[in-house]
Amino acid sequence: MKGYRIRAIIRRHLYLYQRSIPRLAEVFFWPVLDLFVWGFVTLYLRQFPIPRFVEFLLGALILWDILFRAQQGISVSFLEEIWSRNLPNLFVSPLRPSEFLVGLMSVSIVKVVLAGGVGALLAWVFYSYNLFALGLALIPFVINLTAMGWSIGIVTMATILRYGQEAEMMAWGLAFLVQPFSAVFYPVSVLPSWLQPIALLMPASHVFEGMRAVIETGAIPLDRLGIAIGLNLLYFALAVLLFFRSLQAARKRGLILRIGT
Amino acid sequence: MQETVQETTQETVIEARHLTKRFGSVAAVCNVSFCISTGEIVGLLGPNGAGKTTLIQMMLGLVTPTSGEIFLLGKDIRRDTEAILSQVNFSSTYVSMPTSLTLYENLSIFAGLYGVARPEEEIERVMAWFEIAPLRRTLTKHLSSGQMTRLCLAKALLNRPRVLFLDEPTASLDPDAADKTRARLRSLRDRDQMTIFYTSHNMQEMESISDRILLLQQGEIVAAGTPAEVIQNYGKDNLEDVFLKVARGES
Repeated sequence: MKGYRIRAIIRRHLYLYQRSIPRLAEVFFWPVLDLFVWGFVTLYLRQFPIPRFVEFLLGALILWDILFRAQQGISVSFLEEIWSRNLPNLFVSPLRPSEFLVGLMSVSIVKVVLAGGVGALLAWVFYSYNLFALGLALIPFVINLTAMGWSIGIVTMATILRYGQEAEMMAWGLAFLVQPFSAVFYPVSVLPSWLQPIALLMPASHVFEGMRAVIETGAIPLDRLGIAIGLNLLYFALAVLLFFRSLQAARKRGLILRIGT
Repeated sequence: MQETVQETTQETVIEARHLTKRFGSVAAVCNVSFCISTGEIVGLLGPNGAGKTTLIQMMLGLVTPTSGEIFLLGKDIRRDTEAILSQVNFSSTYVSMPTSLTLYENLSIFAGLYGVARPEEEIERVMAWFEIAPLRRTLTKHLSSGQMTRLCLAKALLNRPRVLFLDEPTASLDPDAADKTRARLRSLRDRDQMTIFYTSHNMQEMESISDRILLLQQGEIVAAGTPAEVIQNYGKDNLEDVFLKVARGES
């Protein structure tokens, strides 16, 4: 793996964002909009005796957006190559697919930091909510959500490689498909009993349950973090495997030039 | 018809052995074998759907052959992909560049991907070759199709490739730019012994620039040799007439 090739991929996407206001706005638009809509809802709900509801909701909003940005950092960056008919140029260069993946993951970290930072700042300014009150637990939470976002992003990319550009709607939809089972805004116990085992297979469920536990008790639920890390490692490995299998299939079926042009 | 290996003392840099690519029941390339030596310019000619682009894609590892082997620079493309691709480059009229980046930014990214040693120097060199230096700060989306083609060609020469694959490289160039491009390619061959394998539908261009022609029809090589030999073998006056004869199934 060569650092200069990974840096080239990162630069390629940072150039894109430094100049394109619509692309930059897209990174901030939804988190800011969500924060305003749900933030004012929480202000209203403060009148009712629901303990820590504001912290739960705002924390969940910001952390969910971290997962979503991590996923978009991979899948939309991949789509950028398709839209600009640049994919074949990359695949005929010495760039290894693994370097391409690492480059896109790095781009997604930039998106996560930007979107998460702005979200945390706005929550503090408008609602006096301090995300950093989660303390050290915030670090493994963010890492786990980013890792789950990467897995979803890589699966999206693999699907587009396999089925072509018609599958690009997955770049926006797939994360929301898992959201209802990820215990983002409510605990797993709220779900019907038959759905709960599915929710527990989502690394994000353990992170959001963990977040609520930290807010309530101040203690970091290490068991939940351990499960989230284990599941993320498994899903990430499977996603990468799927990506390489899809790339192999795309080469076999002559799809790279076709989806990329 | 199998193209016979050239009797030459020069190193073989491109070798295809019994290359076949099937997409389902359709054979896009059928048992194709050929060798190309250092410093040769070989034109791949054939009607639409003859298998030219598929053949080039297989050479570059974009498409996996159903059977057969490909050696570039003496190495197997399946095993030594990274080492081979760092010494090879490609430009196609069907491939573009990120449009929200400036021309210079695009070249600098590809200089990074190819690990070019002195990127600024090399970028200036290729921009000068294709007369695009004044456009360095222009966003690629504002380039004309001819300027974009020249940018893609500049990118293809950034890493000083030993083997260059070009898919219809002059399709969107005006006659002046196309002529300058052909002159540049010839000079690179003469000076650096660069091997060039390319497709074009411009028969005059094929005749003027190619040392040899491979004529592909329905995935098979139906004629091979110098342009003069191919023209003579078909009993025609020029390559365009040969092409028409082959394309209309009169061969």
